[in-house]
Amino acid sequence: MNAPILKLFVLVLVLFGALAAMTSYNTVIKAEEYRENALNKRPLIKQALVKRGVIRARDGSLLARSVKGDDDIYRRRYTPAAERFSHALGYDYALTIGRAGLERSRNDALAGEKDELTSIVDGLRGNRKVGDNVVTNLDPAAQKIALDALGDRRGSVVAIEPATGKVRVMASTPGYDPSALRDEDVFERLNRQDNSPLFNRATQAGYVPGSTMKVVTAAAALDSGEFTPESQVVGKSPIDVSGVPLSNFSNAQFGSITLTTALTNSVNTVWAQVAERLGDDTYARYMNRFGFGSDPPLDYPDGQMLPSGVYDAEKQEPIAVDSGRVDIGRVAIGQERLRVTPLQMATVVATVANGGMRMQPRLTSRIVDADGRTVERIEPVKAQRVISQTSAAQLTQMMSNVVREGTGTAAALQGIEVAGKTGTAELNIAQRINQPWFVGFAPRSKPKVAIAVTLENLVGAQGGTDAAPIAKQVMESLLR
Amino acid sequence: MSARNRELFALIPASLLLTAGFAAVFIQRDELLSDLSLTYGLIFLALCLAAHLVLRMTLPDADPYLFALVAVLACFGLVVLYRLDEQLARDQAKWFVVGLLFFTATILALRHDHRVLERYRYVIALGGIVLLLLPRLGSPTNGAYLSFSLGPISFQPAELAKIAIVIFLASYLRDTRQVLVVGARRFAGITFPPLKHLGPLLAVWGTAMGLLFVIQDLGSSLMFFGGFLALVYVATNRISFVLIGLALFALGARVLYAIRPTIESRVDAWLHPFDPELYNQEIGGSYQVAQSIFTQADGGFFGQGFGQALIRLGNETPLLPAAHTDFIYAVITDELGLMGAVAVLLVYLLIIERGFKTAMLATDSFSKLLATGLTAVLALQVFVIVGGVTKLIPLTGVTLPFISYGGSSIVANFILLALLLLVSDRARREAVA
Repeated sequence: MNAPILKLFVLVLVLFGALAAMTSYNTVIKAEEYRENALNKRPLIKQALVKRGVIRARDGSLLARSVKGDDDIYRRRYTPAAERFSHALGYDYALTIGRAGLERSRNDALAGEKDELTSIVDGLRGNRKVGDNVVTNLDPAAQKIALDALGDRRGSVVAIEPATGKVRVMASTPGYDPSALRDEDVFERLNRQDNSPLFNRATQAGYVPGSTMKVVTAAAALDSGEFTPESQVVGKSPIDVSGVPLSNFSNAQFGSITLTTALTNSVNTVWAQVAERLGDDTYARYMNRFGFGSDPPLDYPDGQMLPSGVYDAEKQEPIAVDSGRVDIGRVAIGQERLRVTPLQMATVVATVANGGMRMQPRLTSRIVDADGRTVERIEPVKAQRVISQTSAAQLTQMMSNVVREGTGTAAALQGIEVAGKTGTAELNIAQRINQPWFVGFAPRSKPKVAIAVTLENLVGAQGGTDAAPIAKQVMESLLR
Repeated sequence: MSARNRELFALIPASLLLTAGFAAVFIQRDELLSDLSLTYGLIFLALCLAAHLVLRMTLPDADPYLFALVAVLACFGLVVLYRLDEQLARDQAKWFVVGLLFFTATILALRHDHRVLERYRYVIALGGIVLLLLPRLGSPTNGAYLSFSLGPISFQPAELAKIAIVIFLASYLRDTRQVLVVGARRFAGITFPPLKHLGPLLAVWGTAMGLLFVIQDLGSSLMFFGGFLALVYVATNRISFVLIGLALFALGARVLYAIRPTIESRVDAWLHPFDPELYNQEIGGSYQVAQSIFTQADGGFFGQGFGQALIRLGNETPLLPAAHTDFIYAVITDELGLMGAVAVLLVYLLIIERGFKTAMLATDSFSKLLATGLTAVLALQVFVIVGGVTKLIPLTGVTLPFISYGGSSIVANFILLALLLLVSDRARREAVA
């Protein structure tokens, strides 16, 4: 009987080999896939067992902290102050609805996820894993002023420190209370709501920029060397642009005027001709340098940012400006199929304010460990030189005229020179539904703040009368 | 070196493993590393030494490695249970004492000649069947009548019944194996065993299977059937008998699949563990299997370390159900990784190798078949539960021998070990003489 016993043992060996193979499959071969399985809450629970770091505003005021429950799980609590920063901050309800905003983009720091070596050393030293704290650049006072000024209108304000890219204000209305999202049903309801309160208009909304786009056109004109602020162009109306007549506002007629005058009075036909003379290649080059066409390099989740640019209306996809399928004359005055975010327009004026150097925008100021030591200081990072310092200085001069004597006088500050540009995109001429804009910076000589303000679909609203006053209040607060 | 001295030395690693394991759990819990871990190690070592002395006096020639290997598994199980719940480990330690008492009693009762068992084969078979019937008196857990309660003690009779059935089959097949082979008829190219000699065998086996079907313990049923086929194969050396058995089993399984919703849902959960609908199903869904897989995936190659696996949150429902019984292999894999899990499988393989070796050394047919059958059901039990936990086969709940928490499992497996050692002692003594 020994021969069959031996064969039986061989069979057992094969069966146990299969067990070992299946264990390898589960622990090594497919482990990554299993860990990422949507049903697998274990990685999220493990993070929730670590005390998550707090988030603070620029002035140190507490926005978010974590509280340990009876089940050892830490849950996020938001302070009343956090409601003002709901979009920038986002939320962390990882086990139910997920994460958004800074809570998502700075999750590694907040959850205390360190590189392999640091974790091993910490483990050996008996240090409990704990999350780092995040201090933001956001200014509670100015944020409050921006939100109050927007009121119950839908819109957005973004304010950036030009030299560093620090985001001081990121307001989007309507907002929401991050504490309320603890209830999944509230999230579902807000998510379906028509006025999209969960949507961050500052980074996700693609609006028609109107005349604020002329800042980009002027920058391209001056920096390309084809034009100077004194270059003369005839501003008659209407003119033929890409086979379709284009008029000035109120069909105003201008003779041969300088580019400075054309910006001050926002003369559509002049800027359309300028762009047509520059050509799509040059124009596209400057747009790309300003950051159009790609996600802004902000410390914010990719899924919550929209690249600005010309969009194909049907496919909802961006079209290259130099593809030959774009009416460059109308892009130059912010019409065509342009869609831009308030963050993009704030970046444009911040770049001009910073002498033509575009900085990467940053919501975070520094990462601090649980003992208060600064682990990482978020230093300013240059994104790209967009225009020369000379061109930037010329453009600043032209934009100051806009606020001093042109369409943007409502943004003027007492004793501080402001440079800016208004915009009023006419979305529905029959119903007079407009998208008013103001973009600008101050003080003119040594800019401390660059700002973009816009309001969504307002009947009869104008950039100069509706958006500029909001910019004025926010800038005032930030310059105080 | 004599067999018993080798056994004594082989017990050292088991004790070291236990002490180191407890120390690791203590450190993980941030408790001061007290001499308590050493105390546990010493108590366990003392228990092992006591059993060793029993063997030294009663079965001096028995296989020297079997007991030491089982001790490794047992102390390993104790550490994992201690990590899950201190109280479980304490209870389990008590069960070890009871198990060792049964172990000693079995050896003392049968040390002159274990073949007296043959004489009582029908009594033993009947006893096994009665045992299987008992749980039907109680209430089912997870749709299966797995255990019955006797005062404070809950008992899983299938564990003991497996030994009874193996004893019966071994003894019956010793008598009839010759006739089964000689009287076989070839029909349509397949060799069929003579029905009249197969009758009583099929009757007992069929009763056991039927009862299993009634009490719905699928895992044990699989184990019994596998053990039956293994014994028939070894007794007759006819692969065709095994094939006929497998065909019958496939047919039976197909019928059961159609009429028993439990089986269908087990198979569904096995095929589609990550189907959200099955996963969220309250009863009989795939939650357990999916969680078992997720637990293992956390382990990786080297594991997360003792005490690191995520089993439960506070006092809430555990993430991994039945971590101390059915899914203990998943916990081991999580904490010790692929390396640790394979090490456990290797220890089982070594025990199985010693078991089959004993069967091959034995000179009489009954002893050969008994050792083969006991080893085969042990191997199958490991395969059924580890296969279920790793999603190799549909999950059916049986314990992981010597590691899982559970009194009846410990007691039954120590009796199984005692029988193997009894066979081994006689076989090795005769081989030397």
